[in-house]
Amino acid sequence: MSEFTAEKTLDAKGLKCPMPVVKTSKEVKNISVGGVLEILATDPGSMADITAWTKSTGNELLKAEKDGDVFKFYVRRVK
Amino acid sequence: MSEETRRCSIVVFSGDMDKVFAAFIIGTTAAAMGMETTMFFTFWGLKAIQKGTPTGNGFFGKMMGVMNRGGIDRIGPSKFNFGGIGRWMFKKMMADQNVTSLPELLQMAIDMDVKLLACLMSMDVMEISRDDLIDEVEDVVGAATFIAAAEGAEINLFI
Repeated sequence: MSEFTAEKTLDAKGLKCPMPVVKTSKEVKNISVGGVLEILATDPGSMADITAWTKSTGNELLKAEKDGDVFKFYVRRVK
Repeated sequence: MSEETRRCSIVVFSGDMDKVFAAFIIGTTAAAMGMETTMFFTFWGLKAIQKGTPTGNGFFGKMMGVMNRGGIDRIGPSKFNFGGIGRWMFKKMMADQNVTSLPELLQMAIDMDVKLLACLMSMDVMEISRDDLIDEVEDVVGAATFIAAAEGAEINLFI
């Protein structure tokens, strides 16, 4: 498990561009400000894309890691 | 989200499945990145936001409405269409790769408040009425309205 307690987990496994980012943008609105969203994806492009999304939207990427075939992201909702 | 409103505007001129696909991928992603996104559909691009009902008043308009019927699910790719076989092939290849379909992308754009605008002048030329377009089209406008929406946008694309 992770050192971050996720308020919600978004399962974006199997989804291709741009769905992991699109779903993340929707799901982040369903957690509280300051809360952490866990995102699971299998699209290798999501590593760069989720990072770009956090930069562009001002949310905080706490951690991005690869666990087997799954990419895991922990994003803190900033606003 | 960022402090100031960032904007993205896309002119969708093409009615080719592949190009419209690219336009919606970029449009939905821009919306996901917190940008206020406008898509302006003109000329062949109108095909993407038509209901798919027969269009046209005069002979040429009706002929065009029959030969190039609109609807997001009916448009074909710019290459390898082969009278519709290519469209079927691409749909299958995309589905096999679990890529989001064009109708789903359109619905997503609508859900994410992407502003869909239609070009009045090209609708007149092609004899397409407001009723031929999907209800979610926010407005039927001219170039100036689009320019006003595009002005100051960080991203302006013509597809």
